[in-house]
Amino acid sequence: MKILIKGGRVVDPVAETEKNLDVAIEDGIIVEFGNNLKEDSAEVIDAVGMLVAPGLIDMHVHLREPGYEAKETIETGLKAAVRGGFTGVACMPNTKPVADNQTVISYIIDRTSGLGLARVWPIGAITRGSKGEELAEMADLKKAGAVAFSDDGQPVTGAGIMRRAMQYARMVGLTIIAHCEEPALVAGGSMHEGFMSTRLGLKGIPGAAEEVMVARDIILSELTGCPLHIAHVSTAGSVRLVKEARARGLKVTAEATPHHFTLTDQAVEGYSTSTKVNPPLRGEEDVAAVRQGLADGTIDVIATDHAPHTPEEKEVEYDRAPFGMVGLETAVGLVWSELVESGILTPARAVAKMTINPARILGIEKGIIQPGAVADITVIDPAREEVVNPNEFASKGRNTPFAGRKIKGLPVLTMVGGKIVFSRL
Amino acid sequence: MYSQEIMQRGEGPIVLKRRQSLLIGTVGEGSVMGLRKKDLLGLEHVETDEISLILDTAASMKEIIGRQIKKVPTLRGKTVVNVFYEPSTRTRTSFELAAKYLSADSVNISASTSSVVKGESLKDTSATIAALGADVVVLRHPMAGAPGLVANTVKAAVINAGDGAHEHPTQALLDMFTVRERKGGLEDLKVAIVGDILHSRVARSDIWGFTKMGARVSVCGPSTMLPPGLEKMGANVLENMEDALLGADVIIMLRIQLERQQQGLFPSVREYARLFGLNREKLALARPGALVMHPGPMNRGVEISPEVADGTHSVINEQVTNGLAVRMALLYLLAGGGTQ
Repeated sequence: MKILIKGGRVVDPVAETEKNLDVAIEDGIIVEFGNNLKEDSAEVIDAVGMLVAPGLIDMHVHLREPGYEAKETIETGLKAAVRGGFTGVACMPNTKPVADNQTVISYIIDRTSGLGLARVWPIGAITRGSKGEELAEMADLKKAGAVAFSDDGQPVTGAGIMRRAMQYARMVGLTIIAHCEEPALVAGGSMHEGFMSTRLGLKGIPGAAEEVMVARDIILSELTGCPLHIAHVSTAGSVRLVKEARARGLKVTAEATPHHFTLTDQAVEGYSTSTKVNPPLRGEEDVAAVRQGLADGTIDVIATDHAPHTPEEKEVEYDRAPFGMVGLETAVGLVWSELVESGILTPARAVAKMTINPARILGIEKGIIQPGAVADITVIDPAREEVVNPNEFASKGRNTPFAGRKIKGLPVLTMVGGKIVFSRL
Repeated sequence: MYSQEIMQRGEGPIVLKRRQSLLIGTVGEGSVMGLRKKDLLGLEHVETDEISLILDTAASMKEIIGRQIKKVPTLRGKTVVNVFYEPSTRTRTSFELAAKYLSADSVNISASTSSVVKGESLKDTSATIAALGADVVVLRHPMAGAPGLVANTVKAAVINAGDGAHEHPTQALLDMFTVRERKGGLEDLKVAIVGDILHSRVARSDIWGFTKMGARVSVCGPSTMLPPGLEKMGANVLENMEDALLGADVIIMLRIQLERQQQGLFPSVREYARLFGLNREKLALARPGALVMHPGPMNRGVEISPEVADGTHSVINEQVTNGLAVRMALLYLLAGGGTQ
């Protein structure tokens, strides 16, 4: 089986280059780069005017299975992933039961195989039941296939257990992904604390609720030598803390979500529960700082924190609605519209934040496009536009604040292991 | 129509004041305004002329309350459903009587005795109420934004009777009505709102309402209960009560919930009362003839001393009567011929 992607512009996030090259694929492997490669008997994909990138990786996804299949299943989540241009996702362990043991990790891997969609790299829990009390069996989790540890959705509240977790994770050789949130400062809040929360009468979550934990975890990472990845950075203070840590040479990385670099707390006007997310949509200065952090490299990764919920869960009072929004199917369009079009990131650097950077953090051999590599490829049409329509989502989740928004720069073809798993060419 | 109905009560002719005739007498001439929206969710999005219309209408309604037979047939055949997800005496009774005085049928639903306890969502409860044919839904709810959710679900007019810490527009309207009646207007008056601003929907509605009508509003409370951005709402923010009271024409004291102390928001009731309670000495800082108001229920001896609560400056009981007039006005404007 031969495929020839012809006439596109190959984006290499490692070399940070863009070159007009044809890409020949055979038996799931990229076999050749070149100009005017012979078509022979190959299936030809016309990629003129398009970008050919390594398969995108979303390192922060909630697939909800097992346990919350009404919100999403592994299959619907992965359909959403490939429709959004992702050839692989790392899934968070806050399922039911929590992925704090080998069985759940194995279950997720088993359910994925044979679907012929995106790849899945499970993330194991830091603590049993993500309760923040006892360590999960991290070495066993790694053996079963976990690529990192996180209690995402919950903070690890106690500094003592987080310290032990980092010491142990360093020994095991995997990164801790920290959901930074001080519960005493969140204190039942449902949106960013500021003028908007005052106006709307909703309880606010100050930026400090995130920042004190970012600071603590950076200090613990320094103490233990454990690589630390800060999930969903949302405030100017967090960006500054990460930047300082990096300047001191600490093994600290960070991610930002499309919603945190696109929307402010202004979006909560009207109490639409699709805007309720944790960490919350922040103020203008925060959004500017996150964009700046993406531009200057402080923030290594763009990840969606795709968090599907059912309509009935979201069609309630704002305070009562669960936190979270879907993101897989709008991410590329938002990255292009908000960051690439405006010149904040070059295409190569935008692609790096969704390919090689998360791959390095997770320790997986992905995110590269070159002859000899497995053909996980995403083709992006930077000129293609759409108006976001949640009813067209492959995800079960419709909870997006971007419904009706025009986005430009869309994934048009997703290839996993040489197989086309999604195309709208 | 409406004016005729009033006269048909056989109470003798009523003299229409100019502002009343504006409301009642000119239907069909194109000059009568109505409220622009189907619902009253808050004062933030209500225009100045609409507030004036509500207050003018309330003045006519107050006359009805003063009569021996307090009933006009204006809303005969209309149904008002009061849905209260929080305990309330004055607001609920006020809406209920307002409906009754206007001859509307009214029904009360309280969360504790309804299908809410069976886990029914607000959306489904609203749809049920709508299906039963409500013309007006009055909603009190502990969560901000809930009335908007209902308003989007039902065709009936929704009146917010207090949602979380968001707004309590009818309270602010009755506050404005009371002040206007006593002071002749609202423009340039100095209004001090004192207490737990953070959790107060009354404070938010009062800030929007009074500032729109040209008053100068100061808010004052412990630093732990002053949320960010109050300045952007148009209020002057003060932590010292004496500063807030100096030269005030109107003092609105807010109820302090004593459990806030356990939440670490103030050290003791004693200290709170000393710093933010209104007593005779502090009242002396205000202008002579200043009005003392409280939305109730009061913690006597905490935010307000009994001598002030019952003193000559206090218009607290008048507020209750005026609340009825304001709610009648709103029911009339939203369920009667008042909407455009």
